[in-house]
Amino acid sequence: MKITGLLLMPAGWFIVLAALVLLRAFLAQDLFIAAGIGVEILGLVLFTRSHLMAKRGNE
Amino acid sequence: MSPQAPPAMSEVSQAFCILFIFLLPLALAGLALINTGLSRLRSAAHSMMATLCVVGVAAAAYFVTGFAWEGYPGLASHTLSIFGKEWSWLGAGRFFLRGVPLDGSCASLATLLQLLSVGLAAVIPLGAAAERWRLRACCLSTALLAGITYPLFAHWVWGGGWLANLGSNYGLGLGFLDAGGSSTIHAVGGLTALSIVWLLGPRRGKYNLEGMPAALPGHNTVLVLFGCLLALVGWMGLNAAGSILFAGVPPGRTVLVAANTLLSAAGAVLAAAAITRYRFGKPDASLSANGWVCGLVASSAGCAFVPPAAALLIGLVAGALVTFTVAWMEAHLGLDDPAGAVSVHALGGIWGILAVGLFPRTAALAAVPSMASPAMAPSGQMLAQIVGVATLVGFVLPFTYSLNWLLNRFYPQRIPPEEERQGADLYELGAGAYPEFMTHTDEFSQW
Repeated sequence: MKITGLLLMPAGWFIVLAALVLLRAFLAQDLFIAAGIGVEILGLVLFTRSHLMAKRGNE
Repeated sequence: MSPQAPPAMSEVSQAFCILFIFLLPLALAGLALINTGLSRLRSAAHSMMATLCVVGVAAAAYFVTGFAWEGYPGLASHTLSIFGKEWSWLGAGRFFLRGVPLDGSCASLATLLQLLSVGLAAVIPLGAAAERWRLRACCLSTALLAGITYPLFAHWVWGGGWLANLGSNYGLGLGFLDAGGSSTIHAVGGLTALSIVWLLGPRRGKYNLEGMPAALPGHNTVLVLFGCLLALVGWMGLNAAGSILFAGVPPGRTVLVAANTLLSAAGAVLAAAAITRYRFGKPDASLSANGWVCGLVASSAGCAFVPPAAALLIGLVAGALVTFTVAWMEAHLGLDDPAGAVSVHALGGIWGILAVGLFPRTAALAAVPSMASPAMAPSGQMLAQIVGVATLVGFVLPFTYSLNWLLNRFYPQRIPPEEERQGADLYELGAGAYPEFMTHTDEFSQW
C-alpha cells in the first residue's frame, strides 16, 4: 500500500502536466487537472494509511 | 540551455534589498527559539545546536550545488522543448558559485538571500522531528534538501523555470506566483518535515497502547513567544527582498509588503487565540504562536500582490487552519510534530499559494512592469497556483521522502530508545541545556 501510494502521487502530477501540454479546451484542461489532483490525494491517503497501520502494528 | 541578459536593478533597489536580506537571520533565530521552546527540557540544547549545524550545512550545500541548479532568470538553464514550448527544468550554472559575480547584481543578491533562506527551509523539519533526530542525520538530510530538492523546485519558481513560465507558455495568468517563498521555502520545508516524521515515528510515550496521544508540553513558552516576535522582523525582510528580486517590485512598494506581512500574522494569531479560547476556555499560547507563524508563512506568496484587507483575511484563515489541523494530525494521522511544523509550514504554505489566485491583485501593482498584464484572467492565475500545489504534492513530497528513506537505510536517523529516554542533550552533547536547574517533575523518568 505504501509503494502504491508513493507511486500514485507522481502519477497524478504527470496527469496534471499532460493536461497542460496536450489539452487546449479550458473545460477539458480543468477536468484533467482536477483528476490528476484527485489521484495525488488518493496516493497521499493510501500512503498516510500505510504509515498509520505500521504505527499501530508497532504498538 | 537558454542564456539571456539577467534583469537590471537600480542602486536604490540594491541597497534596500541588501538591507532586507540582513534581516533574514532574525527569522532563523525566531524559528530556532520556537522549536526549542516547544521541545522538552531534555533536548533544548540539542535543538539549538542542530539549528546551527543545519544552517551551516544548508549554506555549504547550496554553495556547492544549489545555486548552480537553481539559477536565476536570464542565466543559463537546461530546457526541454515539448510541443514547441520551452520547459526550463534545471539551472545550468557552475558549482561552487563559479561565474556568479558577487557585485550587487540581481543574481548575486538572489544568491545571498537564498544562502540564508535555504537554511530557513532546513530548520523547519527540526521542529517536527525534535527530541528523536540524530545530529548527524539532521546534517545529512539537510545536505539533500539544500543541495538537491530545494534548488530543483526553486528553479521552477524563482529561476525562470517552467512553473514561472506557465503564463507565457500556456496562458495561465502571470505564471506561478510566489514572492516570498510560501512554496519554495515553507511548503518544501514542511513536506520534508512530514517525510521525516513518517520515517522517525512518534516520540516514546507520545501514544498509549490504544493509540491516544498524550500531551508532552514544551519547556519554555516565553522562548516560543519571543521567537514569534523575532520571526516577524525576519519575515518582513524575507518578503520584501523576495518581492524585489523575484517579483520585480520597486523598493517603495515594500511598504505594502511589510503591511501585508504584519496584517496576515495579526489575523492569524487573533483567530488562533479566539478559537482556542472558545474551544478550551482559555487562549492556548503554543497554538497561538503556531497561528502567528502560519500567518507569516501564508503571507509570503501574495505579500506583493494582494491588498491589505485580503492579507488580513489570509491570516484569519491561516490561524483557523493551524488550530484545527495540529490536533487533528496528532490524533487521527499519528503525526507527532512537537512544533506543528507540518501544519504551519506545509499547509500554511499551500494556503498562501492558493490565496494568490483567490484574491485580486492590488491596483497599485498595475504600475509594476512585471505585474502589468491586462490579459490576465483570474481563473488562469488560480490554475497556475493549483499546478504549483500539485507539483509540491506530486513531486516534492515523494521525492524528499524517497531521498530520506534511502538515507535512513544507510544511516538510521532516529536516536536509540534508551538514549531517547535520557534526552538528546545527554546522548548527543554530553550535557543538558540548564545544568543548574532543579527538575521537580518526573520528566526525566517519563517515556
